Amino acid sequence: MRATPRLVAIAICLIVLAIVPPVATAMGEPYYLRLFERIMIFAIAAISLDLILGYGGMVSFGHAAYLGIGGYAVAIFSYYGVGSGWVHFPVTIVGSALIALFIGAISLRTSGMYFIMITLAFTQMLYFLGVSLEEYGGDDGINTDRSGFAKLIDLYDPWTLYYFTFGWLLLCLLISWRLVNSRFGMVIRGAFSNETRMQAIGFPTYRYKLAAFAIAGAMCGVAGALLANITEFVTPEYMHWFRSGEIMVMVLLGGMGTLFGPLLGAAVFLLLEEVLKEVTQHWQIIFGPLFVILVLFARRGLWGLIPDREDRDG
Amino acid sequence: MSFLLIVEQTLNGIQFGVFLFLISAGLTLVFGIMNMVNLTHGSLYMMGAYYAFALTNLTGSFYLAILLMIPAALVTGIVLELVALRTLYSRDHLDQVLATFGLILFFNELVRLVWGPENKRFDIPQSLSGHVEIIPGIPYPEYRVAIIAVGLLVAVFLYFLIARTRIGMLVRAGASNRMMVGALGVNIRLLYTVIFGIGAALAGLAGGMAGPILSVGTGMGEGMLILAFVVIVIGGIGSIRGALVASVLVGIVETVGRSTVPILLQGFLSRDVANTAGPALASMLIYVVMAAVLFFRPQGLFPARTG
Amino acid sequence: MAEPILAVSGLVKRFGGVVATDNVHFDVTRGEIHAVIGPNGAGKTTFVAQIAGQLRPDAGRIVFAGEDVTRLSGPQRSQRGLARSFQITSVFRDLSALANVALAIQAHAGHSFRLWRRADRDAALVEPARAVLADVGLAARAHVKSGNLAHGEQRQLEIAMALATRPKLLLLDEPTAGMGAEDSERMTAFLATLKSRYAMLLIEHDMNAVFALADRITVLVYGRAIATGTPEAIRGNDAVRAAYLGDDMPDRVA
Repeated sequence: MRATPRLVAIAICLIVLAIVPPVATAMGEPYYLRLFERIMIFAIAAISLDLILGYGGMVSFGHAAYLGIGGYAVAIFSYYGVGSGWVHFPVTIVGSALIALFIGAISLRTSGMYFIMITLAFTQMLYFLGVSLEEYGGDDGINTDRSGFAKLIDLYDPWTLYYFTFGWLLLCLLISWRLVNSRFGMVIRGAFSNETRMQAIGFPTYRYKLAAFAIAGAMCGVAGALLANITEFVTPEYMHWFRSGEIMVMVLLGGMGTLFGPLLGAAVFLLLEEVLKEVTQHWQIIFGPLFVILVLFARRGLWGLIPDREDRDG
Repeated sequence: MSFLLIVEQTLNGIQFGVFLFLISAGLTLVFGIMNMVNLTHGSLYMMGAYYAFALTNLTGSFYLAILLMIPAALVTGIVLELVALRTLYSRDHLDQVLATFGLILFFNELVRLVWGPENKRFDIPQSLSGHVEIIPGIPYPEYRVAIIAVGLLVAVFLYFLIARTRIGMLVRAGASNRMMVGALGVNIRLLYTVIFGIGAALAGLAGGMAGPILSVGTGMGEGMLILAFVVIVIGGIGSIRGALVASVLVGIVETVGRSTVPILLQGFLSRDVANTAGPALASMLIYVVMAAVLFFRPQGLFPARTG
Repeated sequence: MAEPILAVSGLVKRFGGVVATDNVHFDVTRGEIHAVIGPNGAGKTTFVAQIAGQLRPDAGRIVFAGEDVTRLSGPQRSQRGLARSFQITSVFRDLSALANVALAIQAHAGHSFRLWRRADRDAALVEPARAVLADVGLAARAHVKSGNLAHGEQRQLEIAMALATRPKLLLLDEPTAGMGAEDSERMTAFLATLKSRYAMLLIEHDMNAVFALADRITVLVYGRAIATGTPEAIRGNDAVRAAYLGDDMPDRVA
């Protein structure tokens, strides 16, 4: 492989993420661990959304639903005394995939605005479901233990929790990279580029898009389970539609239909939020209009600003 | 007793449907004619409530406040359209979603900056604070009756606007075929601004009237916005008739469902289970209705778009 | 002649009050080029869309390769060997020419729930794709983004994608659309080389191409098939002359 600027950028990103724990500990700022864990978790969510949004052209405005499903999978099983991560994560993945399959099966029958609004509405439905389940804290949310992995992985150790999250991020990047370049990925990208043509050459595109929708949901579910683990707290707010919007902004900010763009987007989004919060209590009055500017003037995202030798994204 | 409850809840549902109709009438036109996904409509509803609150305090009269609030909301909508939204018409839906999402954050923060973070309350005017028996034996708050009446007036006003005026003719043409309006050589930009302004005024009116019975706060518009989406999707994008029917449907299902589903469930489930599942099911009900409608009619009940 | 590869009977399609396809009977035999011509608005596009499976007819039957496909979807018909090209160039503009054809190969190489191996290094896709590109004369342009190809080359790519699905019948919707005279002649010559290998249903405005290629011609006017016959028979048909009155059509073609 040649050292294109993009490969260098990827290497720097991953190295920075890898050395956060020792650096933060040396600086006596354990808060940075939490911040970068959040970045990695939202990066996973954004990577998963990018699979269907950036590569597949499915403008899902309800991706936060799966954060909630992952979160509640951890919290509810812990509530009933099942604290094993060997249960939490498989349940999260299968549960998110099944719910995404249901939502996708109905939503993908429509397109355009209808698709956007229906995915939004389904997530809102799950949000209100969370609010109305008094048993699991309802509106107030519910405290949860971290997932246990016997003696193997102890998530109460801060470094372990961090590298556990980092490991999931790497796995999701790998999966995403293989997926978009596989035969399956070509069908998804082809269906975005020209669905009529895909059908004319013989692809029943619906089932492939639906499968991609479910895979993305499962991946985002993992992000939710991780979020529950770092915060030890789950609320319906995980599924608030603002969160769906934020994940979309991260994807666009980083670069749609790119592998590392979502990671970059999540990092810049959350760091910018931190900085603006320092500057003013009314930071959203700056943050909001920034989205407008982003959309109007920086469509290709941050990843698009890094030069590449070939004009092709992987 | 149970029958009375259902009648009362149905009236409440209709009244809630009126709010939804006022919001979704303008929104469905923006979606259908400008082909624009606009999330700021909920913010206009919120602004209407804050305007009404501020003007009531200023003038001491709720009615005067509502009268003044309508042009204020209209102007807010027009300014918003001219400054920000106009450039988004030609963009794809994703851009529109994200940009208007950013504008929601802006409006929420603006309101917090001007009026502070705590929720506001103002009272139902004295002259409408009584009850009236529309159906003998069921006293019903006058204010809510007034809201239903305003909703009917607006529906009639929109009917005449759309059925009888030149703007209405263009709106009808635009909703079914956007290209055609352009071909008619109409000043499209002006038409869009006018439609948007009227939509903003109606959303603001809903907010203003909602002020005394729902609490006024940031984020009040977002729940309504998403319900308005459900209404538009069920009714069919671009169809005001669809918006009216779906508003009332969603309003009734939402209101009646919340009070009756838990009771109905108690009939065949244990009390504990019913108390847990009831509210959960009730809050999901309208989305189930939406999913069902779309399953059979992916374009909604009254599809307006033909090309 | 053997049994037809495509047999359409009693096809009807209405849009509101307009009858776009009016009780059309039509067939293509194996190895034959059957052209459909007609003035603008004759319903050619609607006819093609019904055969390709994008529109459901209101009445009638479409039998393809001995099987009733009337109720099958477009992808299902493609899987059975019915390939089409589009009047308005329809390629994956952001993919290379090679990747375009490889996708068409992939569509007919079993299911695509293969999530891990890189498709662009999959010899089972790339090798046949190269062969098809070479066949249509685009071998040298394999790695150019198809959006950057010249118009004529994009039209060739359209055909290449149809050929890559190893079809039993080619449904060509104005393959020379938007081409200059020179490109148009080249395309006609190319289609002639395919003649022995594929049955074709050819929709075409370019009468030079039609009369050079077609074994039979059907004339569609206002949704009705007013005449079917050999090029000579069509040229001499009074009804056809009447329909084309004012148009510079069959009699000008030598």
